Amino acid sequence: MSDHAPSASELADFRAEVSGWLEEHNPADPGFLLPQTFMEVGSDQQLDFLREWQHKLWSAGYLGVHWPEQYGGRGMHPAFQNEINRELRRHRTPITFNVIGLGWAGPLILDIGTEEDKAKYIKGILSAEDIWCQGFSEPDHGSDLGNAQTRAVRDGDDYIVNGSKIWTTMGNYAKYMILLARTDPTTKRKYDGLSFFLSPMHGTGIDTRPIQKITGEYGFTETFFTDARIPASCLIGGEGNGWRVAMQTLQYERGAAAGAAGGQVQVRVSIADLIDEVRSVKRDGAPLLEDPVVRDRLVQLIMDEKALGLADKRSTLGDLNSDYPMSLLLSYKLRVSEYQRRMRQYGLEIQGGLGGLYVGDEDTIAGGFWQRAYFNNFATTIGGGTSQIQCNIIGEQVLGLPKS
Amino acid sequence: MKKSNMAIGLSEEQGMLLDTAREFCRDRSAIPAVRALLQSESGFDAQVWQEIAELGWLGVAVSEAHGGSGLGMGSAIPIVECMGKRLLSTPYITTLLVAEALQRAQSHALCERHLPAIVGGQIATLALLESEDWGEETIELTASDAGGDLQLAGSKTQVAYAAQAELFLVSATYQNEARLLLVPASALGEGAVRRQTNIDETRRSSRVDFTGATVSSDHLLSGDAAAIIRDLRLLGALLYAAEAAGSTAACMDLTVDYLKTRKQFGHLIGSYQSLKHPMVEVLCDMDNARSFVYHAATLVSEASLDEDAESACRMAKAQASEALKFAADRAVQFHGGMGFTYECDAQLYIRRAQWSQQAFGDAYHHRKRLASLLLD
Repeated sequence: MSDHAPSASELADFRAEVSGWLEEHNPADPGFLLPQTFMEVGSDQQLDFLREWQHKLWSAGYLGVHWPEQYGGRGMHPAFQNEINRELRRHRTPITFNVIGLGWAGPLILDIGTEEDKAKYIKGILSAEDIWCQGFSEPDHGSDLGNAQTRAVRDGDDYIVNGSKIWTTMGNYAKYMILLARTDPTTKRKYDGLSFFLSPMHGTGIDTRPIQKITGEYGFTETFFTDARIPASCLIGGEGNGWRVAMQTLQYERGAAAGAAGGQVQVRVSIADLIDEVRSVKRDGAPLLEDPVVRDRLVQLIMDEKALGLADKRSTLGDLNSDYPMSLLLSYKLRVSEYQRRMRQYGLEIQGGLGGLYVGDEDTIAGGFWQRAYFNNFATTIGGGTSQIQCNIIGEQVLGLPKS
Repeated sequence: MKKSNMAIGLSEEQGMLLDTAREFCRDRSAIPAVRALLQSESGFDAQVWQEIAELGWLGVAVSEAHGGSGLGMGSAIPIVECMGKRLLSTPYITTLLVAEALQRAQSHALCERHLPAIVGGQIATLALLESEDWGEETIELTASDAGGDLQLAGSKTQVAYAAQAELFLVSATYQNEARLLLVPASALGEGAVRRQTNIDETRRSSRVDFTGATVSSDHLLSGDAAAIIRDLRLLGALLYAAEAAGSTAACMDLTVDYLKTRKQFGHLIGSYQSLKHPMVEVLCDMDNARSFVYHAATLVSEASLDEDAESACRMAKAQASEALKFAADRAVQFHGGMGFTYECDAQLYIRRAQWSQQAFGDAYHHRKRLASLLLD
């Protein structure tokens, strides 16, 4: 990675180049609904499309440009990748779907992996040849990662793994998994018994069962390990350091400067999209957007969305955060996911009769986008700690209320 | 939908004012002091008012030529927020707005004559509202020519601190046009001021009958009165939003303290999620209100307010009104039987919430106008 920070004009030139490329190569609507997030890849058709797109973007030199050249990057400054990410967003491109590889496993391997690890894994992550998944959550422990019970027992040059993981995104397509497993069940602190593995997904004793979501689609699997042997060389960060490595892994998500390869992690959904799409909807024989009750509700949602953006900026103004220092940061996940839920739910509600149709029906608005977007949003109000757990955390850590 | 203006900042001056005001309001307006003023005639402490003037706060938005510091209305926001947090009620907001109107009208002679006194602590107040309808544009009060002077007919309601004010800024219809004019208290007839009973006992307001009051025609403000009135209403909404944001935080702190100390069924009640989670909602509402308030404070300027500034002021008022209303409602409920008593401080906030929400238009009033700005 280059230490030399690029000048504003270098960045502007680069951005113009990327923009030009995207104008030519941003894929046309394929005629089927594309996933808005990597958690929604539910069909081979979607997978093939996204794999081809990521490969094309990487081949053009626009993914992981700040990763080392010998592993498939271009050794450029992270600021260049940030420019690309902005352009991808602006052009509303499809997502770069290999998110666990690009944002979690890749940067981790570059940080603490061996030379062999880097040579083996990095290029496949960028090119989308090797899909990665994440094995943190377990069926009985939801948000409580520290309590993971999947066992890994050393046996010669292997570990023998037993247990199961749930909500494995693209588990049925992935070649590798970042796996958090318990190597020592006797430690005093539960966190100290965990280890982190770069585990293969194909092998005897590793099975996946697709989970059908409320949308009717697939995207997650449950993953079962039954006396599965994985090479001891899959261990990363040393035995017993799994919790620390897992926490480190979560840091990379914050952007190119933090190490992530970049790309377009999710298609953002804004109230502006909703308003545009319901302009033609009628209510009581008149345009929906003339209904005073609808107008009032839409304004409330516009305000909610704007407040999120303002809070993001306000969180950097020290004097305006001294009263409740962690408030805006700790509540961000709750506020954004709950806002999206309300907004998407309303996006469906105001469609009148069309809200009763579903993806696959030719009369739907935007192919049933809002129907699916609302249902899929529960991944964010449940995943990563439910909204109810978030309220406990905020109540206890920001307001200092007693533990529940 | 057009792209949203997301400007928000805090200037060095605003930051310093925030620090000073936080300390001043905490010292001068502890809850016993607030309660001691509830039944008083004026509703505020004259000594504190004088100190506010000496701190230069009445002149933050007044030009230096007229004795102020010329920092702009955005600089009053941290001050008012801190006043809200300590329930420190004075004629501050209404006096600021009169000074602002004089400057916006660019009536030089009137500015020369009145602004230095106002900066020094002369109480001035706005007389705009004629009924319960904050959305009414027609002005019933009239001014008519009477031998070179102007004679008024009509009355105004909810005129803040009318009994203490030395100067009234009155909206009137004159020659079929909306105009603003200054009326000194001395021009009012006997019994013209009837004190109203406010739901929030930290406030003072009156119905004022201007009928028969006569002033010379140089009391008319120049400029486009309709535009100035519109800006005053937006700035008033913003100022009361800032105050409400401060009061919301204080109300939340009061409830949180109780939830941390009160035990029922063997547990601190704050450990129950049915009480804890709504408090997180209060916190998020308060945070959003603050974000809108400081966003608007960043956008308001001496010039006529543009659409972005208008939108920001309206959002601030809509959000802060709802935030305080919810925080205060839950404060009473979560204090249980105590919360139902006058002795419990929750009453101060639930009364304030009802008063504040209507001041310069309630949440729906502003959202209705936002809909036109944002959806059409």
